[in-house]
Amino acid sequence: MADHAVVADDEVDLSRRKFLTSATIATGAVGAAFAAVPFIESWNPSERARAEGVPVKLDLTKIDVGQMTVVVWRRSPIYVVRRTPDMVARIPGHDAELKDPASKYSDQPPYAQNTVRSRTEEFLVLVGTCTHLGCLPKQRFAQGELYPSWPGGFFCPCHGSRFDLAGRVFNGSPASVNLRVPPYSYPDPRTLLVGVDEKGSA
Amino acid sequence: MAVKTATGAPAPLPAGGTGQPAKKGFWAWLNRRLPVDEFITTQMTGYLAPKNFNIWYFFGSLALAVLVLQLLSGIYLTMFYKVGEGTSFDSVEYIMREVDYGWLIRYLHSTGASAFFIVVYLHMYRALLYGSYRAPRELLWLIGMLTYLALMAEAFMGYVLPWGNMSFWGAQVIVNLFGTIPGIGPGLVEWIRGDYGIADATLDRFFALHVALIPLALLLLVVLHLTALHQVGSNNPDGIEIKEKIGPDGKPLDGIPFHPYYTVKDLFGIGVFGVLFAIVVFFVPTLGGLFLESPNFEPANPLSTPEHIAPVWYFTPYYAILRAVPDQRMGALLMLLAVSAFLFLPWLDRSRVKSIRYKGWMSRAALTLFTVSFIALGYLGLQPAEGLYVVLARIFTIIYFLFFILMPFYTWLEPVKPVPERVTYHAH
Repeated sequence: MADHAVVADDEVDLSRRKFLTSATIATGAVGAAFAAVPFIESWNPSERARAEGVPVKLDLTKIDVGQMTVVVWRRSPIYVVRRTPDMVARIPGHDAELKDPASKYSDQPPYAQNTVRSRTEEFLVLVGTCTHLGCLPKQRFAQGELYPSWPGGFFCPCHGSRFDLAGRVFNGSPASVNLRVPPYSYPDPRTLLVGVDEKGSA
Repeated sequence: MAVKTATGAPAPLPAGGTGQPAKKGFWAWLNRRLPVDEFITTQMTGYLAPKNFNIWYFFGSLALAVLVLQLLSGIYLTMFYKVGEGTSFDSVEYIMREVDYGWLIRYLHSTGASAFFIVVYLHMYRALLYGSYRAPRELLWLIGMLTYLALMAEAFMGYVLPWGNMSFWGAQVIVNLFGTIPGIGPGLVEWIRGDYGIADATLDRFFALHVALIPLALLLLVVLHLTALHQVGSNNPDGIEIKEKIGPDGKPLDGIPFHPYYTVKDLFGIGVFGVLFAIVVFFVPTLGGLFLESPNFEPANPLSTPEHIAPVWYFTPYYAILRAVPDQRMGALLMLLAVSAFLFLPWLDRSRVKSIRYKGWMSRAALTLFTVSFIALGYLGLQPAEGLYVVLARIFTIIYFLFFILMPFYTWLEPVKPVPERVTYHAH
């Protein structure tokens, strides 16, 4: 046993002890917070996941008029619809039934914040996951397919959200915003590039 | 460093807290080093439980039995299961078809998950009936609720591991619930998934959480739950404190030793439960799609949503509430509130009595309506979200919440029956 002076309890410098205790706890807490960083950060998308999230290309001539095709970008299905003039004509006219007709609260690049929610009237490009909880809305393009006044659009089978032919959500749907529009551009008139636009690669 | 006595000889080590003369041989040697005797006398033979327990008091020990079953069968499944986008589904089929008795181990585990929720819901319902969440058992109740929440996370992640199509889309829907949190939502969802969609990274981390982190948390919570229970003592169907009626020997008059009286009773309960459990495992392991859903027999497909997404039955009451609200943020919030409302019970119930036996007609009516709502919502959560189903889900959601919101009023206002001095008990 070490030979050291005996200090009586009442001689303990309590304020000094309190300070040292608080300082030790504070330093330990800061250390623990820093030590947690690598563990938390490890859950972010890895380099590989990020590399696989590069833009994807689609040959637009492969889509028939009035048809839809799906490409996968960043593990999300991207719906590309080649709308007929009739389908475009069915987009306006039901603004009163929509939650966000002008896409004020929805997620889209500025060039898609218009009535048809796309760069051109012909091609609609949407992230095909329901803004409610991520199911895949199904195409119900025909007029009156769901009910007599149905103007055509998308219907989510999971929780019944409905969207029009511009991906705008109808009142009474659990989803509260319109379908998202990914960043996209046309490097040439017959090619669609999803994931890259004037602002650069997303 | 041994304690020195006046003579300089080492003092004898304590022989355990039995108060009996120290036994000789190995037992005495062991007890000087590990308080086995002390544990048994304070926690088993010396833990006095009320003598009037009824059938509702089986479910705590059953929950413990199912936990052991899940740990054991789960450890064996990890020996054959290969986590990964490309291997998970196939390895589960491999377990089912090629591993000797693999089908049995997997069905024990999948049926065990549902059985866990059945006994836990009945265990919780017992607390609702007899006011077991009331003071001094608030913390016991809160620890139990945390265990229930951990169990929900465990069950959800376990359901993702077979990587069937319902696994995938269930994960998609549940993880996206976090996206409704204002501001941090989208970033949080990406962090949870570890990719831009539900992917291999998500599956891998759910596996780690399901087999290691959450089971450890569950075990810790169970130990805390039992420690808190033994600190405050068990409630009973009369909702009166047996510690308030002490006999001449200083022990509660209405208490009997947990061992052997209740160990024997609980073993009998486990026997009956085991028979029912075996019937399901051997004859109806999917229980018509309730315990294992048919879309999960197809591999995960990120480009094909099942026509109708429904979680496993034990989540459907909350799922029905989520879908009943025509706004995603409100829906998610209400679902969260529906789960967490139970946490507030100890402070919502202001009745002068604990047990439903002595509460008034308002409490009885409220509990009956709540029970009906919970079961009805559970049914509606399995049905498609359309037409009458949504209307009914909204009605039952309102009743569900009124049970909690109005509880301080009806429990306070209603006349209650006189509580007996001693527990109601008939020898048999």
